[in-house]
Amino acid sequence: MTDEPLLRVSALSKFYGSRVGCDNVSFDLWPGEVLAVVGESGSGKTTLLNCLSTRLLPSSGTASYRMRDGQFRELYRMSEAERRFLMRTDWGFVHQNPADGLRMTVSAGANVGERLMAVGDRHYGKIRATAVDWLSRVEIEQDRIDDEPRAFSGGMRQRLQIARNLVTGPRLVFMDEPTGGLDVSVQARLLDLLRGLVTDLGLAAIVVTHDLAVARLLSQRMMVMKDGRVVESGLTDRVLDDPRAPYTQLLVSSILQV
Amino acid sequence: MPTPLVVSDVAKSFTMHLRDGIKLPVIAGVSFSIKAGECTVLGGPSGAGKSSILKMLYGNYAVDEGQIIVSHEGGLIDLANASPRTVLAVRRQTIGYVSQFLRTVPRVSALDVVAEPLVERGEDREAARGKARALLSQLNLPEKLWALPPATFSGGEQQRVNIARGFITEHPILLLDEPTASLDATNRDVVIELIAAKKAAGVALLGIFHDHDVREAVADRIIDVTAFAPGKLAA
Repeated sequence: MTDEPLLRVSALSKFYGSRVGCDNVSFDLWPGEVLAVVGESGSGKTTLLNCLSTRLLPSSGTASYRMRDGQFRELYRMSEAERRFLMRTDWGFVHQNPADGLRMTVSAGANVGERLMAVGDRHYGKIRATAVDWLSRVEIEQDRIDDEPRAFSGGMRQRLQIARNLVTGPRLVFMDEPTGGLDVSVQARLLDLLRGLVTDLGLAAIVVTHDLAVARLLSQRMMVMKDGRVVESGLTDRVLDDPRAPYTQLLVSSILQV
Repeated sequence: MPTPLVVSDVAKSFTMHLRDGIKLPVIAGVSFSIKAGECTVLGGPSGAGKSSILKMLYGNYAVDEGQIIVSHEGGLIDLANASPRTVLAVRRQTIGYVSQFLRTVPRVSALDVVAEPLVERGEDREAARGKARALLSQLNLPEKLWALPPATFSGGEQQRVNIARGFITEHPILLLDEPTASLDATNRDVVIELIAAKKAAGVALLGIFHDHDVREAVADRIIDVTAFAPGKLAA
């Protein structure tokens, strides 16, 4: 285990004119750590995720990422091409709506293979074999490899999106409500799958969710956001079992018991 | 050998922001230490704050005041002020915990629930499953249940899975929150044997046992938690 974080975020803010997206957010993320960012709609959690993944540029603040060579690079000073390369190879982004992260009109196998080709793989047989392997890891039957994701159910699409993201062996994965909009049984299966993959691959992940149960299951650390600010952060079980901030107490007490 | 765990002047209260910010003091002036090879028991009636103390020692509850010094990988760490990352490392290597209730994960088998702490510590999965099988059979959990997720198990069955999960590792400190509450006599005796084995291996145990017989059988020392009631601090 290394003693250096993978990602260092310092005083990150994003303003939309006079409106606050996220305000003065700082944290470190270590390899293998899953950080959940929770809060209700409009709390700034998605803005934060988009800034961190460089899909959006912040108004101020810094984020530096430890590259595979061990050097920290300031994300917002990289060229567009460098950032895209990072996004294609070392990072993954799992969207809430699989249609945003998949190419709906090419086959499932090609969706996975495309990411491999982006990192320089050219051998068709090898790409197909890796695609088959990844589809089975996300529990998609091998005979569906040539089908387009348009013909898949919501849960299958989401699993395909996960395979597409993980096939290049990323070190950091961003997830935006990865189980949002799925049936509960489908959600449980996906969560279990994600949990296993994250542990087996030693991935670091930042998961945005409004679902505290999802945060409990997937993450070790948690940040609670309200009106763009982090109101509480700490170990996930500590924040959920002994919430300190008024807003966190409100969130935790609003969970429906089954 | 350093004392595995020293608690000094720890205080805890809950502030209920949804109820006009009323403050509920739970415990104050908590000071004690536990020794390797001994089982220390927290005594006192329900609501005296026994579970809260265990939860603070595991980093599950925040600590308002005081220090919790734990001997971790050759150094000393104050858990009351440790970063989440440090608390996770302490949980992985130094402090184990058997909670009252098992928190189940969908679709993970009982066997893997038990083996998981060892796998997290870098042990080979098959070797870890071997140890998990041995513990589950020692605790008389029917073999036909091992491959099933424990969500649908009875209270006693879940508790045995929980105990096996807590006892499988070789953490030098083990916290036990009523591990025998829903067990029959036979399995209570198994837990007493498991605790004796941990003591012999030099583990420092700290537990809560409402069952009188179990407490008599395992306790080397009883700490009366009512001495730490908030407001009794003056002495």
